[in-house]
Amino acid sequence: MDPELINDCVHCGFCLPTCPTYVLWGEEMDSPRGRIHLMKQHVEGTPLTDEMAGHFDACLGCMACVTACPSGVRYDRLIEQTRAEVEREHVREPDDRALRELVFQLFPYPRRLRAMRLPLRLSAGLRRRIAPRLERINPSLAAMADLAPETAGRPRLPRRVRAVGRRRAVVGMLTGCVQGEFFPRVNAATARVLAMEGCEVVIPPSQGCCGALSLHSGRPEQAARFARRTVAAFERAGVDTVVVNAAGCGSTMKEYAEILDGEWAERARAIRTVDLAEYLVELGPVARRHPLPLTVAYHDACHLAHAQGVRSQPRALLTAIPGLELREIAESAICCGSAGTYNLFQPEAARELGERKAERVLATGADLLVSANPGCTMQITSAIRRSGTAPIPVAHTAQVLDASLRGTERIA
Amino acid sequence: MTLDELVRRVAGVLPPGAVITDPVRLRTYECDGLTHHRVVPGAVVLPESAEQIAAVVRLCNEYGVPFVARGAGTGLSGGALPRTDGVLIVTSKMRRILQVDLENRRAVVEPGVTNLAITEAVREHGYYYAPDPSSQQVCTIGGNVAENSGGAHCLKYGFTVNHVLALEIVTPDGDVVTLDADDPGYDLLGAFVGSEGTLGITTKVTVRLSRAPQAVTTLLAAFENIEQGGQAVSAIIGGGIVPAAIEMMDALAIAAAEAAVACGYPAGAGAVLIVELDGPEAEVRRQFAEVERVCRDSGAFELRTAAEPEERAAIWRGRKSAFAAVGRISPAYIVQDGVVPRTALPQVLASIDRLSAEHGIRVANVFHAGDGNLHPLVLFDDAEPGAGERAELVSGRILDLCIEHGGSITGEHGVGVDKSRYMPKMFTDDDLDTMQLVRCAFDPRGLSNPGKVFPTPRLCGEVPGVRKGVHPLVESGRAEQF
Repeated sequence: MDPELINDCVHCGFCLPTCPTYVLWGEEMDSPRGRIHLMKQHVEGTPLTDEMAGHFDACLGCMACVTACPSGVRYDRLIEQTRAEVEREHVREPDDRALRELVFQLFPYPRRLRAMRLPLRLSAGLRRRIAPRLERINPSLAAMADLAPETAGRPRLPRRVRAVGRRRAVVGMLTGCVQGEFFPRVNAATARVLAMEGCEVVIPPSQGCCGALSLHSGRPEQAARFARRTVAAFERAGVDTVVVNAAGCGSTMKEYAEILDGEWAERARAIRTVDLAEYLVELGPVARRHPLPLTVAYHDACHLAHAQGVRSQPRALLTAIPGLELREIAESAICCGSAGTYNLFQPEAARELGERKAERVLATGADLLVSANPGCTMQITSAIRRSGTAPIPVAHTAQVLDASLRGTERIA
Repeated sequence: MTLDELVRRVAGVLPPGAVITDPVRLRTYECDGLTHHRVVPGAVVLPESAEQIAAVVRLCNEYGVPFVARGAGTGLSGGALPRTDGVLIVTSKMRRILQVDLENRRAVVEPGVTNLAITEAVREHGYYYAPDPSSQQVCTIGGNVAENSGGAHCLKYGFTVNHVLALEIVTPDGDVVTLDADDPGYDLLGAFVGSEGTLGITTKVTVRLSRAPQAVTTLLAAFENIEQGGQAVSAIIGGGIVPAAIEMMDALAIAAAEAAVACGYPAGAGAVLIVELDGPEAEVRRQFAEVERVCRDSGAFELRTAAEPEERAAIWRGRKSAFAAVGRISPAYIVQDGVVPRTALPQVLASIDRLSAEHGIRVANVFHAGDGNLHPLVLFDDAEPGAGERAELVSGRILDLCIEHGGSITGEHGVGVDKSRYMPKMFTDDDLDTMQLVRCAFDPRGLSNPGKVFPTPRLCGEVPGVRKGVHPLVESGRAEQF
């Protein structure tokens, strides 16, 4: 933990109302300002106690505080460093350790995730029935069972998708782990939209996890390994721009030059990572938008809004669709509780935040919820299901655009 | 030990988890927004109702243990500085808006509700809560009541005290009572607002809701120097216009805000003035033309006008972030708060400049120019030996300047622990003792936020280190000791 970064905090408290755990509990040590204070205590020699580690673990890493901070405190850096310190120094309970091992041996590996899909598909109903029983054994496992979406057939993505009409750009596309395995249609829609807007899309089959999950969980070495492999995959594909449709992955890839050192940092800098919505707005539209008579609530994924500052672009893309009405969700800057692995490791807090978000999403009365991050989509869907209200369909920005560009009202 | 036993009994009257005694956790409460005073509290409690606060206060009385109230911990005078031998009562879990009564233009809220949350709850109906401290999205209404908080728009609309209609408080001996502005007799509500936690703890606030004005226009005027800006302020107010706000920032403050939020103020400005006019559309239009003319006559080289909410917010962003933004240009700083008569502004600013040069300490100036409320930001590097002391010196000398010019040592941040030592410079011993009589009427045992506002506890019997001998007012038969 870098004392210089800690000292940037002037203790003004502007971060408090934007912090999801402070919103829930109203306690100083579960606010960004309080956590920075704990980091300072540790740097000054206080040993890392169970209580301290608990407050760091309770942080979602949503970065809303980074947006709110007038002093420019790099809380993102600080919490990453702190999590690494916690992993090094703190001895976790055996069942917590086992769960973490399971998650980190599973999620960053698309092939292992794929193996999980079959049993999940067979037992969607069963899963929900056993969830309450699992809850008693281990809330995290129950959360995992509850969150996994219904999976449908997985369309194969070609290595290269040709541009429709005049070719305006050549871009790489990240397929992601959870996005690729649980929401394959989002990737298909992304590739189609890019192609219809005149991009040749290169999709290297050798790409793996971008490292986001590891980076946000105090495993910098694993994150760096994944980062190097991702850089290499896109270098081989011969692209200098990579379009990403998952908020968490995009935010991590934008940090590659900071995560990696020396030659690798240089190589990472040579490839530009850009969020899909950010890229499409920059590129400007060429394809015709067909009307979609829909009311849409747009959900700000934290790693898009707070970490990447991408807020106006998805809204601009959606409102440019004729007939589509955009509605804002109250408290849009507060995290839905998904936060990467948070809903697995901190199921109670995640559930409360999910319910808060679901309530506000439903209050918009929209026909469709648009979310640009697979974690958020799973989290909000399962919270709405638990609330017992009629489910609201959820789609990615890419899927809505795809439907409009193709002139179909059916969102694939 | 007394405190240990008290804590055990307190835990019995509060929900599980509402008492904090773990030393690592306790330390996160060691200071509020003013970080150079730090005291680790003996215990922290997080009650959820007035009854729970009253129960804690009664127990504190039973054991003779002092207690301090805290909201969001954003105060800038150390008013919520804890006591090692005491209990810190934090109202951050009490944040429900209990009632919104638009017909009677009032809302009833718990003390932990943030200032801005009140406005957000009624905005869609065309109402708002007028006082707007720069920390309004964080600071709590309970803290606002304790500090009688102001804000940029208090020039026209008044301070917290003008917008609180009734309070439910827990008295220092643990009774729950209501103070209502409409009650006949002494204005106890007026006495309580701004008492900095020394007269009890607010548990419920009835606030006045104001109708949002028909038109609001904001002007940003850039000047080459502070003197020109000051001249414009005097001419505007002297001309009979009462703007909703007039704010000024000097070059250093502009640089900080620019670094923090890229507010895009005109380049090369030695000072910017933000003038906001609100009211009926025709009046705003007429006054605006006048303000523009005055600014130009005073030497403004660029004027920007904003009538749309986003454009206005863009102008305000720089000003509202200024305090914390200074963190971008200096490792450490002191936010000072003082008042001078508006007409003395140019001389006082010139003197601050001299002080700054003399001690090699940079001072950035942000102020509510309309009512002469200065917020000099005294910058220093805490890693440099002696810099902190020099900054303290400059900061203190600025308050001396305020007193010399017939002003005050605080405009809106309160006295707290930070400025209690300046109170004797403004008031005679007899003045201070008379204030103590008010305090003793509410808090004879001196348990409610002791050590704040007044330099040393005086008069109220049991507290150690009290005045020797009889108070002159008591002696002369004009007052009785409780």
